[in-house]
Amino acid sequence: MSVVTEVSQDGQKLTISIKGRFDFAKHQEFRESYEHLIPKPESFEVDLKDATYLDSSALGMLLLLRDHAGGENAEITLTNANADVRKILAISNFEQIFDVA
Amino acid sequence: MTAVQTPFEALTVLIAEDSAADRLLLSTIVRRQGHDVLTAANGAEAVEVFRQQRPQLVLMDAMMPVMDGFEAAQQIKALAGETLVPIIFLTSLTESEGLARCLEAGGDDFLAKPYNQVILAAKIKAMDRLRRLQATVLQQRDQIARHHNYLLNEQRVAKAVFDKVAHSGCLNAPNIRYLQSPYALFNGDLLLAAFTPAGDMHVLLGDFTGHGLPAAVGAMPLAEVFYGMTAKGYGLSETLREMNAKLKRILPVDMFCCATLLCLSFQRRSVEVWNGGMPDGYLHNIASDERTPLTARHLPLGVLSPETFDDRTEVFPMAVGDRVFLLSDGVIDTCDASEQLFGVERLHQVFAANRQPEELFEEIEQALRDFRGEARDDVSMVEVSLLDATQMSPPTLVYSDSGQSCPLDWSVSFEFRAASLKRFNPLPYLLQLLLEVHGLRAQSGALYSVLAELYSNALEHGVLGLDSNLKRDASGFARYYQERNARLDALHSGYVRVHLEVVPTGEGGCLSIRVEDSGKGFDIARVMERPAENVRLSGRGVNLVQQLGRNASWSDNGRSARVEFFWDALA
Repeated sequence: MSVVTEVSQDGQKLTISIKGRFDFAKHQEFRESYEHLIPKPESFEVDLKDATYLDSSALGMLLLLRDHAGGENAEITLTNANADVRKILAISNFEQIFDVA
Repeated sequence: MTAVQTPFEALTVLIAEDSAADRLLLSTIVRRQGHDVLTAANGAEAVEVFRQQRPQLVLMDAMMPVMDGFEAAQQIKALAGETLVPIIFLTSLTESEGLARCLEAGGDDFLAKPYNQVILAAKIKAMDRLRRLQATVLQQRDQIARHHNYLLNEQRVAKAVFDKVAHSGCLNAPNIRYLQSPYALFNGDLLLAAFTPAGDMHVLLGDFTGHGLPAAVGAMPLAEVFYGMTAKGYGLSETLREMNAKLKRILPVDMFCCATLLCLSFQRRSVEVWNGGMPDGYLHNIASDERTPLTARHLPLGVLSPETFDDRTEVFPMAVGDRVFLLSDGVIDTCDASEQLFGVERLHQVFAANRQPEELFEEIEQALRDFRGEARDDVSMVEVSLLDATQMSPPTLVYSDSGQSCPLDWSVSFEFRAASLKRFNPLPYLLQLLLEVHGLRAQSGALYSVLAELYSNALEHGVLGLDSNLKRDASGFARYYQERNARLDALHSGYVRVHLEVVPTGEGGCLSIRVEDSGKGFDIARVMERPAENVRLSGRGVNLVQQLGRNASWSDNGRSARVEFFWDALA
């Protein structure tokens, strides 16, 4: 599995871990990882520790998650990004709408 | 779809056998199994029967007079082409070479004499399954090929339309060089350029998410906004806000457009930049051979709501000959065989090695080829250089109305107060109003330049109280525009008034423009006596107004500026 999810014990937080290239091939898996959770978690973490690369369709997927999680009020943290991935997040200025830790 | 369970269907089976007794025996067996039978007494006959009646399966004796089964099998296979016509060899051969020869000649199976009815029936059935499978594969292949051709044709037509849209601007202007892969647009890359009424040049290099037609559809509305608003005299900020709002409204959540927008002013010798999500562009100062990166400070277009969108731009001074270089991520994200990215470092090495600025594109392309073997299909590069204002000639506008209802005797006054000054650009409206007067149309460029100059002087030096001396050097230039944005954000009082008056004079007419502001004014005499060569970056405005308009004058301690435009009888 290249997209692994884990819900915190109280059900409030969903952690989605991405392995390998984060691109269009993960579209289906990524959406399914959060779409049908009941109750909807309060906050989300996308763990990019094992993500080697991230392309513009992955940025699009993050926007979909943001929309699902409440748009401008969404609580989403992007964690453990490597230098390459961080650079892509910086160029696209996604740091302005996502919490990059 | 499972071929195994297809219901029984009678086949036409050709039996090629030189022994009349065996032929009769086999025919009887096969008929009894429900199939139609054709017969041939040798290989040549078998080929002829096949040619005329196209049986679906062949039982072929190996040893026959005139033409043996091996030769006949080869000819029948050749005639059948891509359709699978299974050939089962009938043979008393037992040694392995003989049996192997049957298969080499194109046979699909063999059956040893004497015939076993059960096995023969089973083999015919198995071969029929294979035959149907092959037919299905061929059918699907042809269908895919048809669809593929259909898509290619759609893409070709769409490309022709998109090319017209993308090239209706001024990409062929003498100061623009660009390079795009032929299908770059279908990889989401978009390049647009157009002149403003004042003769400034707007350039957009954009990159939509995704590939194919979905990536290209957003290009149409974006181009429409870009051309429409540029032609009407809107600045980058207003155009950006509109493009963002439009894309946000029409694109799905996961689609957006990274873009860099430039406004190159040949009059002011400056470039205004907004970069949302594109790789660094570069401002190349030819004299010092330094490259200033034009870094992405914003989210791409179509992500933020109109309320949160940030339209702040940066302004840099330029000298004649300086160049702005923009590129798409196809350049730096080109991968080699081991998934290494070409990267910014290698691009900088190409910059450093470059001697002839004209050869930069070719050198970058060569470096990409050396790195990877072949360039990606979404490589876009554009270079815009600053020419002397006199070398640039924006195309004259074409008007479609007859001129019978042209207003010739009127005046109007506007007062723009703080809340409007913050976000509203009145120039396009004023220009549109003035261009209802036909006699002014021939001077629309000069008119717009003068209006723009007077308005920005009133706003920046008057209302905002900015000192144009700041703009003496490059760093001060940047600071000036930062300060301008900050003061504008904090503005809560003040005004700019614009008075326009048109009166007929003989066969022609006269327009007088008066612009007043609520600022502190300036020492008119001192500004007027400043020598011309000291106004490289600052103070250009006053000169411009004096050159382009007539009878320019300042009063009320510089708080009020007045200038006139005249026209003669229309031809």
